[in-house]
Amino acid sequence: MMNRTLSRKLLGSMCGISNPRLSFAQSAVNTVQREKELIKSRELEKDEPRPLYMDFQATTPMDPRVLDAMLPYQVNYYGNPHSRTHAYGWESESAMEKARKQVADLIGADPREIVFTSGATESNNMSIKGVARFYKAKKKHIVTTQTEHKCVLDSCRIMEAEGFDVTYLPVKNNGLIDLKQLEETIRPDTSLVSIMTVNNEIGVKQPIKEIGNSYYQHHSLNVYLRIFISSISIMFLISGHLCRSKNVFFHTDAAQAVGKIPINVNDWKVDLMSISGHKLYGPKGIGALYLRRRPRIRIEPLQSGGGQERGLRSGTVPTPLAVGLGAACEIAQQELEYDHKHVTVLANRLVQKIMAAIPDVVLNGDPDQRYPGCVNLSFAYVEGESLLMALKDVALSSGSACTSASLEPSYVLRAIGTDEDLAHSSIRFGIGRFTTEDEVDYTVEKCVQQVKRLREMSPLWEMVQEGIDIKSIKWTQH
Amino acid sequence: PFIMALAAAARRCASCAIFSRSLSVPELRSACSYHKKVVDHYENPRNVGSLDKNDKNVGTGLVGAPACGDVMKLQIQVDENGKIVDARFKTFGCGSAIASSSLATEWVKGKSIDEALKIKNTEIAKELSLPPVKLHCSMLAEDAIKAALADYRLKQKDDKETLAEARN
Repeated sequence: MMNRTLSRKLLGSMCGISNPRLSFAQSAVNTVQREKELIKSRELEKDEPRPLYMDFQATTPMDPRVLDAMLPYQVNYYGNPHSRTHAYGWESESAMEKARKQVADLIGADPREIVFTSGATESNNMSIKGVARFYKAKKKHIVTTQTEHKCVLDSCRIMEAEGFDVTYLPVKNNGLIDLKQLEETIRPDTSLVSIMTVNNEIGVKQPIKEIGNSYYQHHSLNVYLRIFISSISIMFLISGHLCRSKNVFFHTDAAQAVGKIPINVNDWKVDLMSISGHKLYGPKGIGALYLRRRPRIRIEPLQSGGGQERGLRSGTVPTPLAVGLGAACEIAQQELEYDHKHVTVLANRLVQKIMAAIPDVVLNGDPDQRYPGCVNLSFAYVEGESLLMALKDVALSSGSACTSASLEPSYVLRAIGTDEDLAHSSIRFGIGRFTTEDEVDYTVEKCVQQVKRLREMSPLWEMVQEGIDIKSIKWTQH
Repeated sequence: PFIMALAAAARRCASCAIFSRSLSVPELRSACSYHKKVVDHYENPRNVGSLDKNDKNVGTGLVGAPACGDVMKLQIQVDENGKIVDARFKTFGCGSAIASSSLATEWVKGKSIDEALKIKNTEIAKELSLPPVKLHCSMLAEDAIKAALADYRLKQKDDKETLAEARN
């Protein structure tokens, strides 16, 4: 035995020297190691402190209380909520229904109006595609804005390919839409209007209550008028064009707004609303769609299967995630006012300190009609990506071209009419429930320091100091 | 036993070779991770600043556009023998743009005008290991060098013309 192992070891070492196939393998192993080093260089070093998290619009850490609520459903009460025949299913189902009620309470809805989905992207897809396809016999027009989230814009593009007409409303320079323009754009064959509540890039809050209420007047009046007229028309056989109702459905993507500002779907007269779990300190991979029951919205389901969620979204509802979403909504409801005050104080501190310390900083978006936790600042004469690289121990995001795959700056900034060079210089600071004053102070200090350093390196700043007007120069295109 | 050991070793080699071949995936780096050299040039940029642009021996090249997010200003100082003795840059752009222009000033120093014209963007990109999405930064750096040299030549030609007129 000893001889065999010894001879094997000797052979192994001899193979290392002489066998060409093994040396090829060795070089391949070396490249693998080098590639692993490259991968490692993208992750944090061993003792490197983690960066400060100031990107609460991208995602939020899960509240520990939400984790506490979810954990039993991962390991103990793990049944499928749609299993009707045993206790595992029953307890899972009751947890799911409890979560549904918690979500509904946050937005002022009935639990029967909530459908669990995999996230706000799926909810947006279901709303736009579902409503448009269901009503496509008579209604072929969809209205949305230019500053919507990519999933809404992409769904609208798919609808255009399916033969629908889509109007992308422009926004004013402060990011808000013009209500009069919206009124004019609505046609008799409009089925859906989709406008997001709080923008994820600039934090602007749209006047959803005004839109909903102006619509609902058309909506409810014409629903009853329609019923009345149609009942008469059945008797007199009057053709359909008499009962032309502006039966327009109103969808809002409230992913960034739920749990942060008070929402009541009945006050706002909203028909569909998308909710995202991981934006309100809940788990990732879950969201919800609110679908009004009175008057009833019908949608064509996107996902077919066993008929779960009233046939609108088949598939097993992930009980632990749903419980997490419910817990996050309940916590958000209890702490909404406190969180709002906390975030407002910190955001004002951030903006005022930065603006006092360095000149030529622009706040993108309306200063009043906004959610304070999303601060988008443009630092003139400094490029966004270089500033992000300088602030490497703060996790931030930018609307600059270099950070997107193409060389185009963010479409939201372009839609609000920002100059192209300012669009390249924008940084988004996200503040949330867990941000502390020290974190904000540190960020401000580093930001001011790095902006000053980068401005020293910038030819545009130099030209401005010398009094040259940058807009008058003819630049060489490349 | 000897044959068995050999067979076992051969099997190990073969599996190792196949295993590592499947693991050798080429392009792992994405646009957001920076090479150490780019970070180094960015944190310790060489030759930031300005030279006197009215000086006869200084050529200034200003390329790019703020609308594209990249503006580079490269200045070179040339002595009587046609050799570049000093270079300075200022850039409005991302980390790769700053690194490309910083490297350009480093390379251009000590070269003659004709040698500096030969610097290619591919060399800059290779030195900094720029990913494909950032190659335009190195192209802009090459353009900046050429623009600075062209500006210097223009100044020298103007000087010679004024001298010739004065003589006449």
